[in-house]
Amino acid sequence: MTTFDFLMQGMLVAAQPMNLFYALIGVTLGTAVGVLPGIGPALTVALLLPVTYRLDPGGSLIMFAGIYYGGMYGGSTTSILLNTPGESASIVTALEGNKMARKGRGGPALATAAIGSFVAGLIATLGLAFIAPFVVKLALVFGPREYFALMVLAFVTVSSAFGDSTLRGLTSLFIGFALAIIGIDQLTGQARMSFGIPDLLDGIEVTTLAVAMFAIGESLYIAAQGDQGPDKVEAVKGSVWMTGQDWARSWKAWLRGTAIGFPIGAMPAGGAEIGTFLSYAAEKRLSKHPEEFGHGAIEGVAGPEAANNASAAGTLVPLLTLGLPTTATAAIMLAGFQQYGLQPGPLLFATNPQLVWGLIASLLIANFMLLVLNLPLVGLWVKLLTIPKPWLYAGILLFATLGTIGANPSVFELGMLLAFGVLGYAMRIFGYPIAPVVVGLILGPLAEQQLRRALAISQGDVTVLFTSPVAAVLLVIAAAALIVPLILRARGRGQVLSQLAANED
Amino acid sequence: MSKGNTPSTQTRRPDRAALVIAVFLAGLAGLIFWDTSRLAKITSYSGIGPATIPFVIASVLLLLAAWTVFEALRGDFPARERQEFGPVIWIIGGLAAQMLTLKPLGFSIATGLLFAATAAGFGKRKLWFTIPIGIVLCLGVWLVFAGLLQLSLPAGPLEHLFW
Repeated sequence: MTTFDFLMQGMLVAAQPMNLFYALIGVTLGTAVGVLPGIGPALTVALLLPVTYRLDPGGSLIMFAGIYYGGMYGGSTTSILLNTPGESASIVTALEGNKMARKGRGGPALATAAIGSFVAGLIATLGLAFIAPFVVKLALVFGPREYFALMVLAFVTVSSAFGDSTLRGLTSLFIGFALAIIGIDQLTGQARMSFGIPDLLDGIEVTTLAVAMFAIGESLYIAAQGDQGPDKVEAVKGSVWMTGQDWARSWKAWLRGTAIGFPIGAMPAGGAEIGTFLSYAAEKRLSKHPEEFGHGAIEGVAGPEAANNASAAGTLVPLLTLGLPTTATAAIMLAGFQQYGLQPGPLLFATNPQLVWGLIASLLIANFMLLVLNLPLVGLWVKLLTIPKPWLYAGILLFATLGTIGANPSVFELGMLLAFGVLGYAMRIFGYPIAPVVVGLILGPLAEQQLRRALAISQGDVTVLFTSPVAAVLLVIAAAALIVPLILRARGRGQVLSQLAANED
Repeated sequence: MSKGNTPSTQTRRPDRAALVIAVFLAGLAGLIFWDTSRLAKITSYSGIGPATIPFVIASVLLLLAAWTVFEALRGDFPARERQEFGPVIWIIGGLAAQMLTLKPLGFSIATGLLFAATAAGFGKRKLWFTIPIGIVLCLGVWLVFAGLLQLSLPAGPLEHLFW
């Protein structure tokens, strides 16, 4: 069967009423969390994991992917109207978008962001559908050592290649690894780092860690900033429709943003932020109106918004085909798969094509839903921004603890939630990135397993890791991704990298 | 995000807080060494057993601790924003209160306390007003999630009135 046939089959799965319903819940929740500053898609998926435990796997995963896409759409609304990015991939959108809103062109800014997100989401999801089978074929020749090398590369790019300090990125990653050791060793059955506490034998729950770091750590940090007065929400004045000139200036930016964002998301290269910065730079250089940049240029909204949606779709390529998460949200989605005993990877395409292709097809449908949710209904989302902070954060913590209590109603689990929350807060104060901890916790044990398998095959010969050409090339790239930024920062060129910091999503 | 990488030029004093971080990292490494050393005897024919990777991780943590000391002495850590600890204590207190009252008093009252404490942390200090709101809200949440979605949320005296 060709990809097209698979996709059509997927459409049949995705078009089932229950799955449409899950997709609708997902994109609605996703848009809401994207709009609200302080919570992102990673946290929302983490909160929903325990709640969806009893639901149908296909439906839940469709919902999670909808949240991811929705978060990318919703973030732009906050950036444009509040000048506070709703999630980290929308930082660039705030640059030009908020300027447009202040000039009374908030409507067209929201429109170009939403339509750009739609165009990019559509193209990139089709890209995902057509590229995935090739990557799956490639992945079939991957042995343990190639997987291990790929994971090392992902570790480096997630933790230290971007952001403002190699030291702090690596420290976060290794704190994640240290937490990952806790529990029973999968190969020998020995308890490690559990200190005789039965609650620790199962290891640290990814959801507990993610909720603690993202929800509690973030709330503590925002609270500690003190009262800074109410944020100013720009009202949407005038028409939301774009003029002919807006269209003419936007469509190329959408396509370029997609072309930049998708490959960056698909490579194990960290979050969606990087694509948005590159797209912004490209638009600034290619624009016929460079003087407008910094004062509300529509290309500066169109390009980066397209790029961030395209890279969200791109992130699903390594997640679905290799089981390799490259962002915090993808890492938690991987935990979602594992919750149902599913391991994403080439095998999943063979054993469970209904689920994989249903998921991909549902993303196409989700995109249409998001366009409707974000254009005509944008006024509704703007209302969310007017919730006073005390109620907003009290509600966030209510639902954050609800998820943990639902998964395991024990005092010990809540104690861990509190401890990791304080850890996350301390890390925020000192500028340590959070995402590497989560990625380290979930990917660390998989990497250890692959490494030990590879060495078992070679009977303990370590050189085997470098003798496969694929693995060797991946390790060389990983080494370069570790060393080059180190040199750049030492020579005072670190500013660019710190702007590309992948902080949350 | 961009917090600025420029240490203030005149004060190149060692950064005490960063030194504490280094001690924490070294302590974590020590803990891993201590716990997994008893597993070191177990090796398979692959040459690496359950203790190998923890040893590697602990060693790297020691290296990172040393690197942190180095950066702390050079004053390379970014300047930190001023933190107000009052709100932080409110929220941590709320989480602790929830943790301790969850089993005896049930989900609604425990989480209602957390809700009110968090709101207090963000400036709404009228507890006589926020605690009842929190409890009623949490009871609603409990009815939806424990009642309809069958999530196992602990029930207390209040929940037993309804279920």
